[in-house]
Amino acid sequence: MRYSALSILKQAFAGNLGWKPAWREPEPKSHYDVIIVGGGGHGLATAYYLAKEFGIRNVAVIEKGYLGSGNVGRNTTIVRSNYMLPGNEPFYEFSLKLWEGLEQALNYNVMLSQRGIISLYHNDGQRDHYTRRGNAMMMEGVAAEQLDRETLKKMLPFLNFDHARFPIIGGLLQKRAGTARHDAVAWGFARGADRLGVDLIQNCEVTGIRRENGVVIGVETTKGFIGCNRLGLAAAGNSSRVGAMAGLKLPLESHVLQAFVTEGLKPCIDHVITYGAGHFYISQSDKGGLVFGAEIDGYSSYAQRGNLATAEHVMEEGVTMIPGLSRVRVLRSWGGVMDMSMDGSPIIDKTPIDNLYLNCGWCYGGFKATPASGFCFAHLIAKGESHHVARALRLDRFERGFPIDEAGAGTQPNLH
Amino acid sequence: MASLISCPHCGTRPKEEFFIRGDANPVRPAPMATDEAWNDYVHLRVNPRGRIREHWQHVAGCRRWLVVERDNFTHEVFAVTDAAKAGEGAR
Repeated sequence: MRYSALSILKQAFAGNLGWKPAWREPEPKSHYDVIIVGGGGHGLATAYYLAKEFGIRNVAVIEKGYLGSGNVGRNTTIVRSNYMLPGNEPFYEFSLKLWEGLEQALNYNVMLSQRGIISLYHNDGQRDHYTRRGNAMMMEGVAAEQLDRETLKKMLPFLNFDHARFPIIGGLLQKRAGTARHDAVAWGFARGADRLGVDLIQNCEVTGIRRENGVVIGVETTKGFIGCNRLGLAAAGNSSRVGAMAGLKLPLESHVLQAFVTEGLKPCIDHVITYGAGHFYISQSDKGGLVFGAEIDGYSSYAQRGNLATAEHVMEEGVTMIPGLSRVRVLRSWGGVMDMSMDGSPIIDKTPIDNLYLNCGWCYGGFKATPASGFCFAHLIAKGESHHVARALRLDRFERGFPIDEAGAGTQPNLH
Repeated sequence: MASLISCPHCGTRPKEEFFIRGDANPVRPAPMATDEAWNDYVHLRVNPRGRIREHWQHVAGCRRWLVVERDNFTHEVFAVTDAAKAGEGAR
């Protein structure tokens, strides 16, 4: 069923009894052309683009929980393409362009709101760094603006401009960045994939990867063996565990990242704002809650919950940036398991094993990448070669000495 | 993650006093070892769910490198030993 204003009107007069479930709940077939492991944003987007752009419709997405039960529903919903390095920036810009047409393509309201992201800076060195980043963006054709302190004071009067240690002297603005409704992104891709014939198989855990003569021929699951020609892994925080089923040892470590939301407020924060003195980011949801987060907790973790000391640190950062936050009450906090890679950048690549493809290492930046990740992974699976914006995101870049290290932190996954 | 770590030298301390380096299992290869051995040591991790061994340094205490054995799913801490005693120098 196509959603439109007319369909809402029709259903209103029909007592809203005619709405159909947004996707089927099929039993798995015995064999598919492509199986994607992981029914999160990236897995669902991959299946959608495989069917839509590359004509491969005999596809299954296998998810151990319910669709979108992982990080796609556990993030701070920020969408942006203000990266610096040549290996990253074209990819994230491609993603932002897909975001801009996503609602029409999916016929689903993902509530994309291009409210702009402002990255604040606090000293000369940081200003130079952000200028460099803005220039790097413009070299890739992405608009970036530098805002001085006086402009910021008019735009964001609630900031703590004269903090003794971290005065705010300016900011880098990307106007096209913003937020999207995270669950709707998963649901929109799921519905879009389902409408093109993709089987979405929920509550079905992959327990093994079966190989014959070294080549992947299917997966063992809690619903039995399912055969496939090609297998794509998009298991985010559990990538190492799924990869180990095929004997892969990956450049990943799983960590927990927390996010927070406050009680609903009247509109007060119009942009996404990031603090340069820490790694704090905040925006206001359409319901009015302030959604914010900061860095990962720092220890290896597969638990979807974090530590109170980190929560306290995040609140301190927030109140340092916006003193008025001290009077807002936090409603909820949650944690997600991040597949932190060794350089802080993702991997979309073939593996040394035939028919096995890998999509992982999203660290805590996977949400904004959802459409491009799906598109490029589908391109790789369908054509056997990297999409041109994702060709730097290789699995073997570490051993070849071509890491994409935005933070310049080295091979220390908990510092990215 | 447990909030308290029992340092073998300083006693029970809040975990914020410690710096966490990561997996304690990779062993530094010989300087002239193959590129594969170095890649394996520097970049690749088993990253299991469950019982793991990590290198922690008690930076706000004795500054000794420790090996913390814990569960990264339940967050239970089983043992904390001095890295030298555990038979391995820290990086």
